[in-house]
Amino acid sequence: MKWKFKQHSVLPGFGMTLGVALTYLGLIVLLPLSLLVWNTSSLSWSEFLKVVCSAQIVASYKLTFGASFLAAVVNAVFGFIAAWTLTRYRFPGKKLLDAIVDMPFAMPTAVSGIALTTIYAPNGWIGYWFAKAGMKIAYTPIGVFIALTFIGLPFVVRTLQPSLDDLDKEIEEAAESLGATKWQTFWRVILPSVLPALATGFTLAFARALGEYGSVVFISGNLPMKTEITALLIYTKLEQFDYAGATAISVVMLGASFVLMLIINMTQWYARKGKK
Amino acid sequence: MRPRRITNKKTGRLRGNATSLLLIFITTAFLALFVLLPLAAVFAEAFRKGSEAYFASFNDRYALAAIRLTLLTAAIAVPMNVVFGVMAAWCIAKFEFPGKNILITLIDLPFAISPVIAGLIFVLAFGRQTALGGWLIEQDIKIIFAVPGIVLATIFVTFPFVARELIPLMQEQGTLEEEAAVSLGAGGWSVFWKVTLPNIKWALLYSVILCNARAMGEFGAVSVVSGHIRGVTNTIPLHVETLYAEYSYVSAFSVASLLAFLGLVTLVAKTILEWKTKRKDKR
Amino acid sequence: MNKKFQMTTLILVAAIGFPFVVSCTPKNGDADSAEGTPKVVKNVSLLNVSYDPTRELYVEFNDAFVKHYQKETGVNVDVKMSHGGSGKQARAVIDGAAADVVTLALAYDIDVIAEKAQLFPADWQKRLPDNSTPYTSTIVFLVRKGNPKKIATWDDLVKPGIQVITPNPKTSGGARWNYLAAWGHILKNELGGDLKKVNDPKFADAVKAAEEKAKEHLVALFKNVPVLDTGARGSTMTFVQREIGDVLLAWENEAVLAIKEFGTEKFDIVVPPISILAEPPVTVVDKVADKNGTREVAEAYLKFLYSKEGQEIAAKHFYRPRDKEIAAKYAGNFKEVELFSIDDVFGGWQKAQKLHFSDGGIFDQIYQPK
Repeated sequence: MKWKFKQHSVLPGFGMTLGVALTYLGLIVLLPLSLLVWNTSSLSWSEFLKVVCSAQIVASYKLTFGASFLAAVVNAVFGFIAAWTLTRYRFPGKKLLDAIVDMPFAMPTAVSGIALTTIYAPNGWIGYWFAKAGMKIAYTPIGVFIALTFIGLPFVVRTLQPSLDDLDKEIEEAAESLGATKWQTFWRVILPSVLPALATGFTLAFARALGEYGSVVFISGNLPMKTEITALLIYTKLEQFDYAGATAISVVMLGASFVLMLIINMTQWYARKGKK
Repeated sequence: MRPRRITNKKTGRLRGNATSLLLIFITTAFLALFVLLPLAAVFAEAFRKGSEAYFASFNDRYALAAIRLTLLTAAIAVPMNVVFGVMAAWCIAKFEFPGKNILITLIDLPFAISPVIAGLIFVLAFGRQTALGGWLIEQDIKIIFAVPGIVLATIFVTFPFVARELIPLMQEQGTLEEEAAVSLGAGGWSVFWKVTLPNIKWALLYSVILCNARAMGEFGAVSVVSGHIRGVTNTIPLHVETLYAEYSYVSAFSVASLLAFLGLVTLVAKTILEWKTKRKDKR
Repeated sequence: MNKKFQMTTLILVAAIGFPFVVSCTPKNGDADSAEGTPKVVKNVSLLNVSYDPTRELYVEFNDAFVKHYQKETGVNVDVKMSHGGSGKQARAVIDGAAADVVTLALAYDIDVIAEKAQLFPADWQKRLPDNSTPYTSTIVFLVRKGNPKKIATWDDLVKPGIQVITPNPKTSGGARWNYLAAWGHILKNELGGDLKKVNDPKFADAVKAAEEKAKEHLVALFKNVPVLDTGARGSTMTFVQREIGDVLLAWENEAVLAIKEFGTEKFDIVVPPISILAEPPVTVVDKVADKNGTREVAEAYLKFLYSKEGQEIAAKHFYRPRDKEIAAKYAGNFKEVELFSIDDVFGGWQKAQKLHFSDGGIFDQIYQPK
């Protein structure tokens, strides 16, 4: 047997596809990313810690991770409902809704930021009513959360749609004919089979939110310690020609997101293995 | 499976149960609030001075150059990522091997990277400050602050879409069908074309749409490597920013609204695919 | 396996090769002066990398220059523009953007290009008259119509309940001028109206005390800032479109342009009694221009900024011209204001940048939790 590395399979194409995938990944992603780490190495360890642990930056981690997580959770819940509705029901306006799901990607982030601010600023369409009630949305962490929810939405919906499409109606009907309630069918039959897709959507939405810059800077207000996101601080360092500092923060963000996503991916993998 | 019709075909009256109506309501409300409203804001700004001003925005050589550049960029980046994505999904979903989780996570990585950094890494690779970049500039080969840099940054940013969309679905589908085909004597290519591809076509379509949308809409990363030279290295998003900064709101939002029509492309692509599937089922 | 290997290689070669092929295709409009055969019409293209507020200025100026140069030499120039935040633009030039000339918001950004990329000598600012600054500007206040909050001087900005809009000095060149203008004003007040004392060793203690006051003042000022945009245009949008804030600190030309764009019935300009002399300098990028064979036209381009015609265009766009005659002609456009320069009060950009805007500098301390 030639490939001790993988478990035996009769399917062809492993060598070629893995080879291409790894080479492409290496060239497009890993090689450039290694330059980040390389650039950071011009800092000594203590300098590195000083940069990445300063109060202002720690405050931005909290905001970035907190708002991203919250946005991803909201997207997971409502994105699931949306994907379910769009695959299961036919109703007037459905095609329109389905078509606009991708808009958060197609719109340049700066345009999204400006459009969201138009809506949520104290003189905006919605912001006005909240301002009347004494609540601010734009220029607060809530604004950051809204921007991050906006940009992450398509991930959840579009990852779930094919999986929901693929579900076998017969299994559901079988479950129901065996006396399961709708709710039980959902929890025991439907959810487990689309869980990988949901987890993927969540991970992607979360990851994307962590790095988002363009749409957030317009709506967040960018006040240090309060509404400043980490990506903006990286940008600020660059503006001061501090490449080492900028790459240091990026490396931290990169490491953190890698670990987080790895954990999510591993959990998923174990869950699947356990099922088998 | 066919989606359930929620209105009576003849009378148009609602006939769903409470749950489905509630879900439809939530979906509509959520999408309206988070997507439709911002989109409406874009169009409201674009048409503020009437449709004449709207269409006049496109009759500008810089706008046209930006549209051309964006189309070119997407035309290179999307196919490359599709080829990679399908191959990566195949080896990850159909085979078991150690380090798979790390590989998947590495593929996800470009999503988590701030666009600013995504651009920066190419500056770090090809900038004048580096040995490689210095040499390239001596040879008059332009990578960053020229079209190749924009393409590279776009490929990087849209890199994970296809693979990530396909992997969960292909994993869920398992390998039984393919194995059966192989045992019946089918070769690698025909297994892929005749068995796998029909099973993943929807996910593939979504991923191409997403990948394309993002490739055309990317702002941050491209902004870092483009140099913002009017008519030369301005893509649609960069041109929009330029116009906005020049207080030409109407033009800015008009050009931006072009990207909203990508939604129409989605609609058409889905309809065609649905129609084809239906015809095939009938046969 | 062999066939697969070939496929793989093919795909990879195509993947990596394509961008290069694109890059090597000749583009129209590039300098063709290197070619030996003389042509009837000579085309040269020139790239000017500039900062944000100069967009309108250079549209008009480039047209005038192209005509002028065509008449003088018969050469057709295609001036390409790139605009963005001053620091970002400087970074692009350092990293390889092929700018023939740079026209940025502050000397510090051009200094950094000289230092990091060595594209021109470090004493570049001495090469053209007036610190290589053909036009100057200053920082003024844009307020809501009728000035309801009665904002007249820098001292009014720190009053409780006043909302001030300014970009972040760490990301915006214009904001650095805003900040330093406020700082200089306090120093002057504290030093009994004489800014010369700053550089006089006899008054070292007084200056120190004044600087403490200035710091307190700026802490109070930035407490009044509800939104810190990353660039000058972003702040203008926040103030004008979102209707946030009572006063916008802006370049004089930006403030005038905002009024022109959004209507005189909405805003007023308040010129404080004292402000900073903002000098946005220009220079030829020697190494790039020499390589492109554009040095001659690049130098002519900058020289034209100093000509009567160039000065008049600058004045029309509310940049204060250096030329006395043109300045007199457009005196109505510019209010009298006492101006201090960065060299007089702060000892130059290098020092100011390090003390105020570097990491852990005075600006950062404003936001540090106590």
